[in-house]
Amino acid sequence: MNILSARGLTKNFNGLSAVDNVCLDVPHGQVRALIGPNGAGKTTLVGMLSGRVTPSSGSITFDGREVTSWPSHKRIAAGVGYTFQITSIFPNLSVWENVALAARRKLTAAKAVEQAVRSALDEVGLGSRQAESAGDLSYGHQRLLEIAMGLAQAPKLLILDEPTQGLAGGEVADFLNLIAKLRGGTTVFLIEHNMDVVMQVADFVTVLDSGRVIFEGTPKEVKASETVQVAYLGGGDAAA
Amino acid sequence: MDFGPYLMLATLEGAVTAAVLALTASGLALVFGVMRVVNVAHGEFFMLGAVLAWWVTNMLGGSAAFGFAVALIVVPVLVGFLAVVTDMTVLKRINYDPERTIVATIGILYIFQQVTLMTYGPDARPVVPPFNTRLALPWIEFVDGEISLYWPWGLSITSYKLAVIGAAALVLVGLWVLMTRSKLGLLMRATEQDRDMALAFGIPVERVYALVFGLGAAMAALAAVLIVPIQQAHYLMGHDPLLLSFIVVIIGGLGSFPGTILAALLIGLSDGVISVFFSPTLAKILATLLVALVLVFRPQGLFGARDT
Amino acid sequence: MTADMRKSLLLHGGVLLGLLALQYVLPAYHHGNLARVMVLASYAMGYNLLFGYTGLLSLGHALFFAAGLYGTGLAISQFGVSAGVALAVGVLFGTLVGIVIGALALRTEGVAFMIVTLMFAQAGYLTILYFGQYTRGDEGFVIALADRNISGWDLSDPSVRYFAAFIVFSAALLMCLTVVKSRFGKVLIAIRENEERARMLGYNVDRFKLAAIGLSASLAALSGAAYGVLFGYVGASFASVQYSILPLLWVLLGGAGTVLGPLVGTLFMFYLIDLSSGITTAYMLIAGVVLVFLTLFAPQGLMGELRRRAIRWLP
Repeated sequence: MNILSARGLTKNFNGLSAVDNVCLDVPHGQVRALIGPNGAGKTTLVGMLSGRVTPSSGSITFDGREVTSWPSHKRIAAGVGYTFQITSIFPNLSVWENVALAARRKLTAAKAVEQAVRSALDEVGLGSRQAESAGDLSYGHQRLLEIAMGLAQAPKLLILDEPTQGLAGGEVADFLNLIAKLRGGTTVFLIEHNMDVVMQVADFVTVLDSGRVIFEGTPKEVKASETVQVAYLGGGDAAA
Repeated sequence: MDFGPYLMLATLEGAVTAAVLALTASGLALVFGVMRVVNVAHGEFFMLGAVLAWWVTNMLGGSAAFGFAVALIVVPVLVGFLAVVTDMTVLKRINYDPERTIVATIGILYIFQQVTLMTYGPDARPVVPPFNTRLALPWIEFVDGEISLYWPWGLSITSYKLAVIGAAALVLVGLWVLMTRSKLGLLMRATEQDRDMALAFGIPVERVYALVFGLGAAMAALAAVLIVPIQQAHYLMGHDPLLLSFIVVIIGGLGSFPGTILAALLIGLSDGVISVFFSPTLAKILATLLVALVLVFRPQGLFGARDT
Repeated sequence: MTADMRKSLLLHGGVLLGLLALQYVLPAYHHGNLARVMVLASYAMGYNLLFGYTGLLSLGHALFFAAGLYGTGLAISQFGVSAGVALAVGVLFGTLVGIVIGALALRTEGVAFMIVTLMFAQAGYLTILYFGQYTRGDEGFVIALADRNISGWDLSDPSVRYFAAFIVFSAALLMCLTVVKSRFGKVLIAIRENEERARMLGYNVDRFKLAAIGLSASLAALSGAAYGVLFGYVGASFASVQYSILPLLWVLLGGAGTVLGPLVGTLFMFYLIDLSSGITTAYMLIAGVVLVFLTLFAPQGLMGELRRRAIRWLP
């Protein structure tokens, strides 16, 4: 069964289609990667899936319910987790409180919140730094904190917008481990530039170019596809 | 007086209000347009203009026309200078943060107002107009099916009021030319478009800001010098021009120059005409509600173009 | 966490006990002042919930204070309702006004929000003047001594009045502490810190903000209503811009986003103005200077600086 489906999703800005008639099906438990050259419409597409951008036409179904007209907070309450491309945390609050805010939307008992926060922080390796102000963390740690916030929501679908951007080599490896642990339980939808990461974690890849889906397949198939290579070379953004 | 002549009188009085309001509001719009900050102390620059005009004409003595002519030049410069100092000591230091600027200018409002109260005192004081001939105006009537002119009793305006309308129009045209034709105007518009880009191109943004803030205040002061022979100078007189300028700038589309002028004419004229029909308080209630609702439902202003 | 909670309980309990004890030691003049300060500080605490904790800067809170004041005053003077019922009428009316104006104003943000609230409050002030037949306009009206009692307690009696002001203040303080410690309050803080992130954690940000305005307006209205029955005067100056600026000033001075800040700021400012008005009629000069000084040098306020430098657990 699919947890997320999109049908005919289109977004026009001033007469130009940033996303044009996209259809998607993400089955339960899959790790799906969305790739494509710069300006392909990835961020707009994810914006529509998470509710931050209103589609011009088309429909979105999440967990068996039609959510096209739902505001983002309602979709997130229904089980979508979202992390921003540009790190977005509460810099003046403690690391612990950042994650607790994510956990508390669902959980009410203080004990349960405490537990969810602790396990999310341990998961990303920030357990020892819970009392610090989030703004004092290094960039890489802030990205991990953001992922911990995503985890603490215990979402059915976790959308990650370029999670490895700006991370150092070792941190990328930690991130890969993290996704491996989530595999099976949580469906993951990630936009990713780093092809090595895509090759290692993705079960299935959707390739977007000029607002359209030009290819879908396993990482191996994507690598072999001529269409994809042309798109990347033509887009001037050779697979990094 | 019959209704027709009465309405004409109200329109003429309204035109004087509109002229002064257009000057004051353009100053506020200029500051908001270029610097993206709301100057709540704008009305106090107006008040200082009036009070200083009284002070200058009184110090000089001599003929009313001479004193007034000096005030017309010296007072806007003084007030503009004061504003430049305010900008450099306060606004620049909080980095023109929009919300903190409002809080700071509220403080500045009280400082100017209360210092005026301590020095100038609580009295309202008049300034003698430089010239003040009463001009009777004709009205049309039908006598036996023929059109003829007559001079209704009470339908008149003073030469000074006409001069205020003319002077305001002249200054506004001057401001328009300054903004569109001069190098200074170009710098201002560049800063308005994109502050960071302007900085990157070596435009001294901070100096442009200080200058714009000074110019905005000088416009308010000039408007006050023009109106003070009609209205008298008082330390609390900044309140109404501030409120009306807010209304004008918001309805005119936040910083748009033609929109601001159009809104000033509309508000100024209707202020005169509406008060013929409604109580002035009711007119003010409706105007403030209109502004609030415009901001809520049509933030680009009544005359502004919608984005996208 | 629990140790901090105990400390916080001790501190706030101590402040309340201290205020209660002062009733018996203060000379009459300061005794009356402190009663006034406690009522006005409740207004400031309501303002602080919105400004300090939610990050919404309103310039129109006088509307809610005046709605409470006039709701209560007119219920007594026009409809002959008893003081206790009138108090409830005032609070309900102010809360309702807050929710309606809030729903409209929340369609805007930032500077536009400030101007919209300012304009609505100005319209409210002018409305009071317009209906001068009932409100007696600028001059205002006095609530008759005979009407100022609740179940036999004469609210014009200094010690009863002090005690009543203390109850209003305690209620406001407890409410603020509860809110700040609750899940609801933490979401408000999250909205202040990063609204978009709070929304993308699944919180209905608009509804939280509206609730914050409603709560803030209800405290402002409670303070206004209590002011009416305790001090017996209802006047349009309480609806003027100045009464929208004052709570901002008190909260900024005491420390936005701290529970005790509003009390400290109100007390400090009250005596500053009280002392300077003995010297000059231009006492609002002090308010202006303090506002500019705070924006430039101490945006955190007194309690905010204290928290930053010494007592990190301060709520």
